[in-house]
Amino acid sequence: MLIYSQPLELTKLLAAIDNFLQGNLSPGWAILVKGILVGILLLATYALIALALIYIERKVAAFFQARLGPNRLGKYGVIQSLADMIKILIKEVIHINKADKLLFYAAPFFVIVASVLAFGALPFGINLHAIDFNIGVFYLLAVSSLGIIGILLAGWSSNNKYSMIGAMRSGAQFISYELSAGFSLMTIVVLSGSMQFSEIIEGQRYCWNLFNGHLPAMIAFVIYLISGHAETNRGPFDLPEAESELTAGYHTEYSGLQFGFFYLSEYLNMFIIAAVATTVFLGGWMPIQIKGLEAFNQAMWYIPSWAWFFGKAGLLMFLSLWVRWSFPRLRIDLLLNLEWKYLLPINLVNLLVMVLVVLSGFTLTDLFPVLFGK
Amino acid sequence: MTEQIIFYLLALAITAFSILAVTSKRIVRSATYLLFVLLATAGLYMLLGYYFLFAVQISVYAGGIMVLFIMAIFLTHKPGKDIRTKKGWRIHASLLLSVVGLLFSGYIVLNNAIGIVQFIENEELTMQQIGTAMLGTGKQQYLLSFEMMSILLLACIVGAILIARKTKTEKNESNDTEL
Repeated sequence: MLIYSQPLELTKLLAAIDNFLQGNLSPGWAILVKGILVGILLLATYALIALALIYIERKVAAFFQARLGPNRLGKYGVIQSLADMIKILIKEVIHINKADKLLFYAAPFFVIVASVLAFGALPFGINLHAIDFNIGVFYLLAVSSLGIIGILLAGWSSNNKYSMIGAMRSGAQFISYELSAGFSLMTIVVLSGSMQFSEIIEGQRYCWNLFNGHLPAMIAFVIYLISGHAETNRGPFDLPEAESELTAGYHTEYSGLQFGFFYLSEYLNMFIIAAVATTVFLGGWMPIQIKGLEAFNQAMWYIPSWAWFFGKAGLLMFLSLWVRWSFPRLRIDLLLNLEWKYLLPINLVNLLVMVLVVLSGFTLTDLFPVLFGK
Repeated sequence: MTEQIIFYLLALAITAFSILAVTSKRIVRSATYLLFVLLATAGLYMLLGYYFLFAVQISVYAGGIMVLFIMAIFLTHKPGKDIRTKKGWRIHASLLLSVVGLLFSGYIVLNNAIGIVQFIENEELTMQQIGTAMLGTGKQQYLLSFEMMSILLLACIVGAILIARKTKTEKNESNDTEL
């Protein structure tokens, strides 16, 4: 394996910070400080991505509807979401009589903690990976399932019929579509033979999993995008907060920062879904590499890995926005039909097909080792 | 040292939330406290470095079973009402039973576990190792029990569908034939 020059990677900077801390502090304190730094960095990235996504969503929605969108604050309205953030921070948190106070205040934390936990385990680039579990994919599925409890509790503790109906719908929807999301990720775990994100990415150096597993991988990709989209309660699947019938669903009674938590985590969940799809299907932060063309590979490595990651994830998020602003809302029975009668059976068969493909050596890396082999 | 502190924090959380889960008068709150107990247990697995069981604990108990609990509670009659605790022999009996259970398991742990069982510093268990252990037929591999469990679960699913299925009364049947 040739070593490429990577001028814009953050590896050297990280190593310098690490050396500085190791040199000036005792090992225990160095680890503590590093942990705190990583935590702050992750939270800051979390907030920044949410702000950027809110702005992008509003702008993209506007273009889809042939409007201008936010254009007053800053050039092209760039700092609009920053202003919205400040507004939401200083808004009053309204207390509700006859609500279960404890659960009402605890619910938003479940939602946001679940998405922060999932966010923390994402591989953003070379060495930009807070923790690399050997069960990475499984960990992500597990922690992201915590958020639904927050939504259920929010709906119940609001003491409001609309919230309750929204929460029940959300619960049914999330449980159903989580199955599909899990199964389509399992399909790819079968293909790459590992659940560890670093290994999955390394395995896609010359051939993305999407192409490596050709037909079953592509089916899994489409199913993952659909079910991921449904899990985030967006687009044609936003029944839990269908504003025409339920005012705002499970977060009707929330205001100020508590509402902000729900809002943030919704956008971040969209990002997490896109990021996981990027990592698992589209090669993650790995630049496009062609075996043998060293000059081309070197040119690709000049673009830093985190730019590749955010670029690919951004593409998928744009797809998500496109779907959201193009399709009308489904009815709840149609929504559950889609999952249980179509996606799930297809998924189960697809998993079997993938196992057969891998076992009989029909993946692209097996068929054309000269072109795509490791 | 750090592990000790984290362990005691988790142990404290488990104990406190277990007691709260039992004594709370509102059933949804009880369920939430139980959720905290399960999450803290997952924390213990993480402390042991057994990440697979950590993820299983969270996805199965916290993500799956708790959601079902909460959904089932929503379907009950007036879930928000405080429950009156019935005083009587039941409380004393269960208290006695739990103390006896504590003494029993404590006795076993003190006499057998400490000293004989030792913590093995092992490298991280890989997914492949777990997979072959679950689905192998050799020594210390558990294909048979794994398959037995899946049959049991299948039986549960079939049974649940059978119970939940709407039984047609004679009146409905006549309606159906008309249609």
